[in-house]
Amino acid sequence: MSSLGFPSDGVPIGDPNNSSTTAFEIPSKHNPPAFLQAAKDAGTPIKMEKGTTTLAFVYQGGIVVSVDSRATGGAYIFSQTVHKVLPITEHLVGTMAGGAADCQFWMNELRRRATLYELRNGERMSVAAASKLLANMLYGYKGMGLSIGTMISGWDNKGPSIFYVDTEGHRLKGELFSVGSGSTHAYGVLDTSYRFDMTKEEAIALGRRAIYHATYRDSGSGGLNNLYHITKDGWSFEGAVDVMEMHYKYEKEQYGESRAVKPEIEVA
Amino acid sequence: MSYDRAITVFSPDGHLFQVEYAQEAVKKGSTAVGVRGKNVVVLGVEKKAVAKLQEDRTVRKICQLDDHVLMAFAGLTADARVLIKQARVECQSHKLTVEDPVTLEYITRYIASLKQRYTQSNGRRPFGISCLITGFDYDKTPHLYQTDPSGTYHEWKANAIGRNAKTVREFLEKNYSPDNVATEELTVKLAIKALLEVVQSGGKNLEVAVMKEGSGLQMLDVSEIEKIVQVVEKEKEEEAASKKKESKAESK
Repeated sequence: MSSLGFPSDGVPIGDPNNSSTTAFEIPSKHNPPAFLQAAKDAGTPIKMEKGTTTLAFVYQGGIVVSVDSRATGGAYIFSQTVHKVLPITEHLVGTMAGGAADCQFWMNELRRRATLYELRNGERMSVAAASKLLANMLYGYKGMGLSIGTMISGWDNKGPSIFYVDTEGHRLKGELFSVGSGSTHAYGVLDTSYRFDMTKEEAIALGRRAIYHATYRDSGSGGLNNLYHITKDGWSFEGAVDVMEMHYKYEKEQYGESRAVKPEIEVA
Repeated sequence: MSYDRAITVFSPDGHLFQVEYAQEAVKKGSTAVGVRGKNVVVLGVEKKAVAKLQEDRTVRKICQLDDHVLMAFAGLTADARVLIKQARVECQSHKLTVEDPVTLEYITRYIASLKQRYTQSNGRRPFGISCLITGFDYDKTPHLYQTDPSGTYHEWKANAIGRNAKTVREFLEKNYSPDNVATEELTVKLAIKALLEVVQSGGKNLEVAVMKEGSGLQMLDVSEIEKIVQVVEKEKEEEAASKKKESKAESK
């Protein structure tokens, strides 16, 4: 929409809400779906897997967001210390699953838009609004190869809520989500033990246990378990626990002392 | 040298004449009054006499921008039509992107920004209207805002725009109090009383809209307005009579 010239039929000159949106100029012959299909037909499909486990659930005391910290490229582990919970504002966080770069970039953009919203309107952005903003931004690039599966979680004046947003165009409100290659393992643990009226300690323990089980069985997940807790006063970081430590702890609980021995290795 | 040709030119003493002339156009429009009550908002407008053959219904000065937002204006009706159309779209667009109805402050700011943009671009003239925008936010609080052709906006407890607005505003300043707007009846009565200061008496010369929290726009019937007008007239007479008695007693 040109901002010069006379408006036709009362169309506003320039948009007061979008004074500076990030938008990429796409080359005219660019056609990612066709490219991906061609690769598939040639017998070398490009798999976009979300190698990670992230989860979030609502309970009586707020929201628990629990994630792993492994980044993989195929079978290669790039990092064991990735921050997969990205704060958007003091009361909103998003999780990272899919392309790490895509998540970081678009979360930053969402953070920018949410801060501008707060400044312009003098009130915090709701979880519904933030997730819708992200979903609409991503929809413009649908089919072009972005890979993001995020859970926007926060506490606004309607209470705690979680929205799952991905690059396919999904935007779903729910009380319990898990995203990533280890999500099925996490769902198993969560669905078994989740109760809305858990205490804070129980909820955090459940969040950690679910991630641990996913990291144990899924090669795409591992490293540390970072856990965030959200109340009406905002989010707080509840600590990072090495999943290996959790392994030995749970093994000891389940099988007794014998399996719980951590091999002591002498390093020359 | 005349400085009222192009909108974008300041005069040497800092005036934007086109904006001031637009405000003059507003002063020629029929009066509108808005009163914010405790849990009700009221808009009243002077209904201009229509020509004999004209259909009464086609003159609408109070319009709904959304389920919970009302607007009355004074000035150029055609300009108002453009603004109302864009404001209505913005109300829905906001609902779509933010999943919440607009707050009164937001939609007033939108309309005011639109007006301001037309005071700062080539080849355009400002909108020749002032608006009274009122309604309820989703936290159930009532608000009343006023915008003018320059693009400024302020929140008011009660205000008037258009012809003789000053007289009406002075009346409201003297007579507005939290007690006077504690109920729906009192608020409506105050709005009508204020309008009657400058409008010829009679229910058919007034258009009154009422909005309560949670319910939509309710236009009062001519008969309902007539009833209130009669009560107001009676009270005025009684007051005048008692004042006469007092002055007689004093002069003796």
